[in-house]
Amino acid sequence: MTLSRNKTYFFLILILVIAVGAGVFDWQPERPFRLGLDLQGGTHLIYQADLSQTKDKSQAMQGIRDVIERRVNLFGVAEPVVQVSGKNKLIVELAGIKDVRQAIAMIGETPSLDFREEIEITDEQGNQQIGFQMTSLTGQQLKSSSLEFDPTSYQPLVNLEFNDQGKKIFADLTQKNTGKRLAIFLDNMPISIPVVREPILDGKAVISGDFTLEAAKQLAQRLNAGALPVPITLISEQTIGASLGRDSLEKSLKAGVIGLALVAIFMIVFYGLPGIFAVLALAIYGILTLAIIKLIPITLTLAGIAGFILSLGIAIDANVLIFERLKEEKRLEDAFRRAWPAICDGNVSTLLTCLILYGFTTSLVKGFALTLGIGVILSMFSGIIITRLLLETYASIHKIS
Amino acid sequence: MLQFIKYRKIWYIFSGLLVLASIISLFVYKLNFGIDFTGGSVLEVKGIIRELPEDIKFNIQKTPSGVILKFKPVDEETHQRILEKIHAEEVRFESIGPVVGQELKQKTFWAIGIVLVLIILYITWAFRKVENPFKYGLFAVIALGHDVLITIGVFSFFRLEIDTAFVAAVLTVLGYSVNDTIVVFDRIRENLIKTKKGDFVEVVNQSVNQTLKRSLFTGLGTLFVLLAIFFCGGPTLKNFALALIIGIIFGTYSSIFIASPLLTTFNKSGRLK
Repeated sequence: MTLSRNKTYFFLILILVIAVGAGVFDWQPERPFRLGLDLQGGTHLIYQADLSQTKDKSQAMQGIRDVIERRVNLFGVAEPVVQVSGKNKLIVELAGIKDVRQAIAMIGETPSLDFREEIEITDEQGNQQIGFQMTSLTGQQLKSSSLEFDPTSYQPLVNLEFNDQGKKIFADLTQKNTGKRLAIFLDNMPISIPVVREPILDGKAVISGDFTLEAAKQLAQRLNAGALPVPITLISEQTIGASLGRDSLEKSLKAGVIGLALVAIFMIVFYGLPGIFAVLALAIYGILTLAIIKLIPITLTLAGIAGFILSLGIAIDANVLIFERLKEEKRLEDAFRRAWPAICDGNVSTLLTCLILYGFTTSLVKGFALTLGIGVILSMFSGIIITRLLLETYASIHKIS
Repeated sequence: MLQFIKYRKIWYIFSGLLVLASIISLFVYKLNFGIDFTGGSVLEVKGIIRELPEDIKFNIQKTPSGVILKFKPVDEETHQRILEKIHAEEVRFESIGPVVGQELKQKTFWAIGIVLVLIILYITWAFRKVENPFKYGLFAVIALGHDVLITIGVFSFFRLEIDTAFVAAVLTVLGYSVNDTIVVFDRIRENLIKTKKGDFVEVVNQSVNQTLKRSLFTGLGTLFVLLAIFFCGGPTLKNFALALIIGIIFGTYSSIFIASPLLTTFNKSGRLK
């Protein structure tokens, strides 16, 4: 099928307009590419959960994920990743984080909050002493906590609100212990030992310890973030400094530009005019691929950029196949038709590989598979449609078939 | 026309020797697995290191701007203790537990296996109109097995590190190599349908000749790009690019000199009906 002359022009102009639009979109500095940890610096952590004591394992993993996600959100890094991997692993990715040590400390810690009532104990010497006994009220029954200030002393306070179960237990406790002390323990240390003046039935309490503003804020956040349902251990850590990331980015971009230039020179030297068209198609291909990477958005890793650069090399394959056919067949149309099965079969096999790479391996390889796969699909488009439109336009201008 | 099929025994012997050498190298030198697979820690720092903790064994490597230390997997506390002692700017730190490495090995094994099976199935389907389509799939896979074995052999012989990026490279070589082989097979398929009578060997030889320029050009184009990554892409991508360079050179070679000749060796009648 040969398109009519007008239609050819129309599609060519359409593609050029899309390419220019994509180019502008690629360039916009206020909408940057999303860069992976290896390019902007950051840390990649893998935790293993101890699920030996748990019955519902997948629910426990979801619980851990939710808790850690809340904790991670406190770090203020852009788009943190927290995901369950396999049966008992959790992956945390923090891009551009400055203090990895503090982050790891905050992810891993398990704040335990509980309320203890005053009891009298007799020690070995027979002396009466005051001690505190654990109750069934813990951080588990906490609904939320927030930071507030005492209206008279301007001291920071931490507000607690219990859920329905906690409300009931707290009401019972305060009724039983009116006039006595009720201690609030954090990580087994008493942080506040207020006296219960009257029973509290609405499930609200205030911790007024000797806090600094920072400590009160942190406590409220930590209580909100909650406790981990099962213990976790850090089994893998990968941290890339920001300077190394920037260096890798610059070098890989340089490699991409040089690679593209080499391919362009090669195509023009060996194929002349059709080669120039192929390079034009390749440039449009590159612009469109980058636009799609930005649009989805795909996180660009070093391996992802390598995949993109490699796809530049593979992208010329369709063109080479067609140009070689062009020498054998008299008509443009036949050359494209005959070259098609080889282009299709070859690309399908590469796509199959990408699919497996994407599904089976680590996130770094995923980036590679994704950009290579998108590259392969778009390169078929560029090789077959764009090059063809360019050649047909050229042919119709010069009145040859 | 160049006679590729006539001298097929020479190519078989050449490739056979290379594959044998690769297998021997695998047994003698084994593979130098990176910490991705074995578990362990890598710490890269800028500048000079002051001192090292004495209770951990370090393997020290110099870089242009500082040093790379390799040691056993450690927890965050130990990591901080080491940093404090050496007192230099941290560029990169990785500590991977042995469990993660084991899992990666398994995943890699499965990924390669599944890719191979899928490729055989796909080619068998794509060539369903030709006699014995399964043969095409099988020989394509033999050819790419050859490419991958030699790539791994070279890495084994030169004690180059096998990491996740290497796995990605090998899987890409699989995809590329089969792509290359399919283009030749596709020509054979087309010529077989066109030529009703004639010598099978001749048809194959003619097809290889017709696709020769394309194989070389695409291979060269991809090589240029890879050389750019190898020389300018920074140290992290060097091994990755090298694996691809070796794999693609042999991928191009094997589709011309191994996969297509194999079709004629295992064609009993040798004549078309």
